[in-house]
Amino acid sequence: MAVTIRIPHLLRELTEGKDALSVDASTAGEALERLEERYPGIRARICRKDASLQGFVNLYVNDEDVRFLDRLNTPLKEGDVLTILPMIAGG
Amino acid sequence: MDRLSKEQRQRYARHIALPNFGEKGQRKILESRVLCVGVGGLGSPVVLYLAGAGVGTLGIADSDVLELPNLQRQVVHSSGDVGKPKVETAKKRLRELNPDVTVETFHERVTAENVHNLVADYDVVVDGCDNPETRYVLNAACYSAKKPFVHGSIFRYEGRATTFTYDPGTPCYRCIYPSSPPPGFLPSGAEAGIASPVPGLIGMIQVAEVLKLLLGEGDLLVGRMVLYDMLAMTFREVRIAKDPGCSLCGKEAGAGLS
Repeated sequence: MAVTIRIPHLLRELTEGKDALSVDASTAGEALERLEERYPGIRARICRKDASLQGFVNLYVNDEDVRFLDRLNTPLKEGDVLTILPMIAGG
Repeated sequence: MDRLSKEQRQRYARHIALPNFGEKGQRKILESRVLCVGVGGLGSPVVLYLAGAGVGTLGIADSDVLELPNLQRQVVHSSGDVGKPKVETAKKRLRELNPDVTVETFHERVTAENVHNLVADYDVVVDGCDNPETRYVLNAACYSAKKPFVHGSIFRYEGRATTFTYDPGTPCYRCIYPSSPPPGFLPSGAEAGIASPVPGLIGMIQVAEVLKLLLGEGDLLVGRMVLYDMLAMTFREVRIAKDPGCSLCGKEAGAGLS
């Protein structure tokens, strides 16, 4: 399934400035694996060592937070958009 | 409050002319008390517009003194104010803008010790903070006092806003971010940079939320968060939900006052 991952400004230093990329994945977790293959090191900014999401990073499939779906097992369908939303703190 | 004076009727004429606002709405605004924590990037436009709108009492809390790199976006202050406490320079400007407004200043850091007294005296609290710790402290205090907390946060070209009313079934700040990032995860504004329009836009969303809360009109940003990206020029909205496992407001939470 071709899905789009949106990269937040905070993590673009790891993606050569790219704001989005298209990967083939059938779950949210798989999409993050594809992202890690492309940009090694990025998953450590999003997930804990046990591969669960960090408490200060949210992952949305379209407009829904995966924490209230099936977390990283949330299934994806063709055309879905994954948005990585780490906390931002400026004011 | 007594009826508006002739001068007030002129000053607020464009509000009074609005459907759902009127003289009654303006009187509510004039009788209200709003606390803005931080008079930096977000807080500067927030307090300017709240003062212009006639919020009767504005509390402003900030422990910083003004520095030259602040002025690129912190427009409530002036060049001659560098080195002075931000709460004082903001107060001076707000009184010039609107003498109807009483400004209460707190030149101190908001902590778990002082937050409850601070929040108790206000109807609505606005988030102009620059760090997660202060936001967690304010979120907990606003949750326990059931005071609406209007959140904004910014980074580089990106900004977010949402409103926490703490009504049953609605999320709090900790529902969205259960834990704080380790030191160094989030670069400071000084390292990362901040595009000046971002706090202006997010601050205006916060002001709009405050006015609607005070008036009791319109739909609030509750259970949803606006995401603004200046470079892409997009506004998006994502749903945010109450986390039943939230350590502050979830089912298993303790006193929830940490």
